[in-house]
Amino acid sequence: MTQLAVTVIGPDRPGIIADVTEALAQVGVNLEDSTMTLLRGHFAMMIVCSGPFAPVKEALEPLRGELVITVREMGPETAHAPLGAPYLLSVHGADRPGIVSAVTRMIASVGGTVTDLTTRLSGELYVLTAEVEIPPTAELPMLLRALEITAEELGVGVTLHPAESDDL
Amino acid sequence: MIGHLNQTLAAWSPAQLGLAGDVLEVVRAPHPVLALEGALVDPLDPVMVALAADLVATMRVSPGCVGLAAPQVGVAAQMFALDVTGHAKTRTCHGVFVLCNPVVVEASRREKAREGCMSVPDLTGDVKRATRLTVSGVLPGTSDVVTLSTDAFEARALQHEIDHCNGLLFLDRVAGAHAIYPRKVYL
Repeated sequence: MTQLAVTVIGPDRPGIIADVTEALAQVGVNLEDSTMTLLRGHFAMMIVCSGPFAPVKEALEPLRGELVITVREMGPETAHAPLGAPYLLSVHGADRPGIVSAVTRMIASVGGTVTDLTTRLSGELYVLTAEVEIPPTAELPMLLRALEITAEELGVGVTLHPAESDDL
Repeated sequence: MIGHLNQTLAAWSPAQLGLAGDVLEVVRAPHPVLALEGALVDPLDPVMVALAADLVATMRVSPGCVGLAAPQVGVAAQMFALDVTGHAKTRTCHGVFVLCNPVVVEASRREKAREGCMSVPDLTGDVKRATRLTVSGVLPGTSDVVTLSTDAFEARALQHEIDHCNGLLFLDRVAGAHAIYPRKVYL
């Protein structure tokens, strides 16, 4: 079995998930990690699963057209080794180009990594929320100051909070 | 801190059980016992008193563990051990205790926080829980119902353990489709 990355995007309608996952199930494929969401009227799916490449491609063939589908073979699964403590990054303000790139560049510049990120545009309001990992070597106060300066230049607000979980 | 500590609970110690517990194996999801509704227990039953001691002993040896419910050691029963002493988010604190047949009497002021669980070691999730809570139950080896009111982290931990007693995991209560995360930090 090969590790496959399947992406599907297309105008939303009822039954997209049912159609795609049924086609995958018919060739014996079990979904592993996936994320699926509605983006501005387009339904988008990203799926990682183990399965036979050619039969999976073939099974999804009839759905192509309204849906843009890609199937790729991935290398052996590489577990994401956490870089450091998890943080929640939140940015919001008036919409303009360059918010995501400027903010994520700041995270990258201290060796941090983004593990999850969502943006939403609602009227003029632009909202970014992300899960990021900051390596213990990073100077947090300096990162916070750099983020604040960047946010000020962009005219948005930014917060970075620890996202530690409580073990019960 | 809210209200008054229940002095009976606050003064309770595992020594009152009269026996040392054994360290048991903690079961992990998807073990079916974690999804069973726990049976009511007889707090005077020596078997249940021994289980109480086992829960405390197992909780004590598990790093970072602040609570452990009977289903987590493979017994579908209404019993859990708790001790949030010293946790950074603890306000009101009744110390270590074991409660049988716990019931939530009152719950209010829900707040969201990220939870992890020994029985779901690789995931965490955002869960809304009451931060003001009143719970009643019976101490093992006794027959009187005790009632405690608490807040903050002890309230959250109590609800998490009572959920276990009823066959529910934090996964059953997450705050949204994107509210489950791969665990990033292990204790």
